[in-house]
Amino acid sequence: MSVITVTINGIEGSAPAGATLLEACRQNGVELPTLCHLEGLTPIGACRLCLVQVEGARRLLPACVTEAQEGMIIQTHTEKLVKYRKMTLELLLSERNHICSVCVANGSCELRTLCAQLGVDHSRFEYRCPDLPPIDTSHERNGLDHNRCISCTRCIRACDQVEGAHTLDMEGRGIENRVIIDMHQTWGSSRTCTKCGKCVNVCPTGTLFWKGSTVAEMEKEVGFLQWIRGGREKKTWSYL
Amino acid sequence: MATMLRIEPVTRIEGHAKVSIYLDDSGAVSEARLHVVEFRAFEKFCVGRPFYEMPGITNRICGICPTSHALASVKAGDAIMGVAIPPVAEKLRRIFNWAQYIQSHALSFFHLSAPDLLLGFDHDPATRNVMGLIQKFPDVARKGIRLRGMGQEIIRILADKSIHQAWAVPGGVRQPLNAEKRAAIQAMLPEGFETIGLALELLKKSFAQFADELTTYDFPSLFAGLVTHEGGLEHYDGLLRFTGSDGTLIEAGVANERYRDYIEEASEDWSYLKFPFFKPHGPYNRSESAGMYRVGPLARLNVCDFAGTPRADEELASFRKLGNGRTVTSSFHYHYARLIEILFALEKIAETLDDDEILDDWVRAEAGVNRLKGIGMVEAPRGTLIHDYSVDRNGIITDVNLIVSTGHNNLAMNRTITNIARKYLQGDSVTEGMLNRVEHGIRAYDPCLSCSTHAVGRMPLVIRVISPDGSVVQEFSRG
Repeated sequence: MSVITVTINGIEGSAPAGATLLEACRQNGVELPTLCHLEGLTPIGACRLCLVQVEGARRLLPACVTEAQEGMIIQTHTEKLVKYRKMTLELLLSERNHICSVCVANGSCELRTLCAQLGVDHSRFEYRCPDLPPIDTSHERNGLDHNRCISCTRCIRACDQVEGAHTLDMEGRGIENRVIIDMHQTWGSSRTCTKCGKCVNVCPTGTLFWKGSTVAEMEKEVGFLQWIRGGREKKTWSYL
Repeated sequence: MATMLRIEPVTRIEGHAKVSIYLDDSGAVSEARLHVVEFRAFEKFCVGRPFYEMPGITNRICGICPTSHALASVKAGDAIMGVAIPPVAEKLRRIFNWAQYIQSHALSFFHLSAPDLLLGFDHDPATRNVMGLIQKFPDVARKGIRLRGMGQEIIRILADKSIHQAWAVPGGVRQPLNAEKRAAIQAMLPEGFETIGLALELLKKSFAQFADELTTYDFPSLFAGLVTHEGGLEHYDGLLRFTGSDGTLIEAGVANERYRDYIEEASEDWSYLKFPFFKPHGPYNRSESAGMYRVGPLARLNVCDFAGTPRADEELASFRKLGNGRTVTSSFHYHYARLIEILFALEKIAETLDDDEILDDWVRAEAGVNRLKGIGMVEAPRGTLIHDYSVDRNGIITDVNLIVSTGHNNLAMNRTITNIARKYLQGDSVTEGMLNRVEHGIRAYDPCLSCSTHAVGRMPLVIRVISPDGSVVQEFSRG
């Protein structure tokens, strides 16, 4: 495996060729905030939290979908980037109806954790308070609450790329987008859902939850993704 | 020309309120009104949420008695699931509730009312508060504050947080008790017993100086509260009993699901707080106080046949001597009843913890939706609390009705302040002592106005300009 050299925040480091900037940063001990990214799912660069400055580039680049190149000079925590990240979180908070105090994911929510880490304790933007589709608890085990969705599509990718069911999908564009089940039906009537629960586990907020969960009760486990992807790569289940 | 006097804001209560006193042409008090001016909308925005989130949402109604709201809510949830929860879970919920009684009653007595009772109504208002109490009676104040802290600490030990916990859930509770936690609670109890003994002694000694107030706060009404199936003092479960002023049984034990046959809520356009009344004695008529009943500590001790613990039963016997031997009708004695309930709570916690069964770790029953309606009724420190939910087949809330403790006492509170205004208002000159008696009259009920204005309602806005002599010279109104 060939290795390339990059300069991150003035310090030279190395990364395997073909690595993304996010991987390069993390391998060199520089942490970048992410929400839509999850190891084991295809990166999509949707949440814009991992934006970095690359010398010579005319715009900010999402680290999760940008391939690291030999000799790249990268800045990850400039004043401008930190400001943009905070603004991104504030916009996410204002977009739907996030009520952390009574949320099932209180304590395990990645959005809330990032807000705390970046010092976002309120939103400067007016809350949109949108009227959203009703909570869907028609499924045997899982529930879907659009109020808490940040449109990261992790659930959709896990369902499609890991489980292979493609039950979940997205309708609409921009702030009007919504997670849908099959061709827009209730979850309980879905014939494609395998009830595996991967979508619930990869959801970074309380949007997808186990039915019956009470405040701050959700615990999400994403370790299975690595295990499944790793097993497939190593052909652990080659008898299939 | 009719004149109006206004007291605003009413202090040392939970929430916000104002009082208007109406004088007739001869200058005598015609009526006093307690206006509850907060507006909230829990019954509206809970619609659409899953029923198992309701304890977490409704306990945010209040920071003083989130425990009571959580318990009423989880009982409604139990009913929707159609489950009998594990016996140990019920015992743990009861300890949780008694701890809530200790902290809430201690707050009411020591922090809010003791300044009136121990410093006197005519004491300088600048220091007639808990700080003044600390200066004059440092030992009482410190013990009272520690007693409240103890109630909070028991709740924290059980539920990890002293307020807004998510420990009690439909089907039971989330974590069991362990031996270490039990020992920590048990170690706190002796100090609690000592403090409550001291408070009872102080309060009983003070009765002589409040002879006037005792009679002013005295009026006939019905009383309502939960009792055990045997007729004992009950705070968590049981049957709803109504008795008359003389102690006669009006309804010996109404099943929780049938509360709507007995309680109806009326509204007035000058307050967000609804006016529940005893339906069989209706129709609603505020001026005649038709169907007026009282709830809370005084009512619970009036409706029960016995307390069920040795020391509380002993106190109950001396309490009853203050009335006709069975029923005490002066609202002034809410304070005494409150202290007896703290004693009862301490005794019950000690008794319940004594059994090793309490350490069992099977504390949660699982079930889906098995009923489309669930009613949870508990006795909150301030009185009977009802959470009434309807859900669809997926457990999503379609309708919520909350009847909170303070609401039940609304008619009685208005009656009390009218009596006080009549007794203590001389002409139209308002003295500080009179103002405070009116406030204290409300405070005796320990009203929680933040809780009681959870409903959707609309009150016309009235702005009155009052001249220095108290007459209404101009009025703007909207709605």
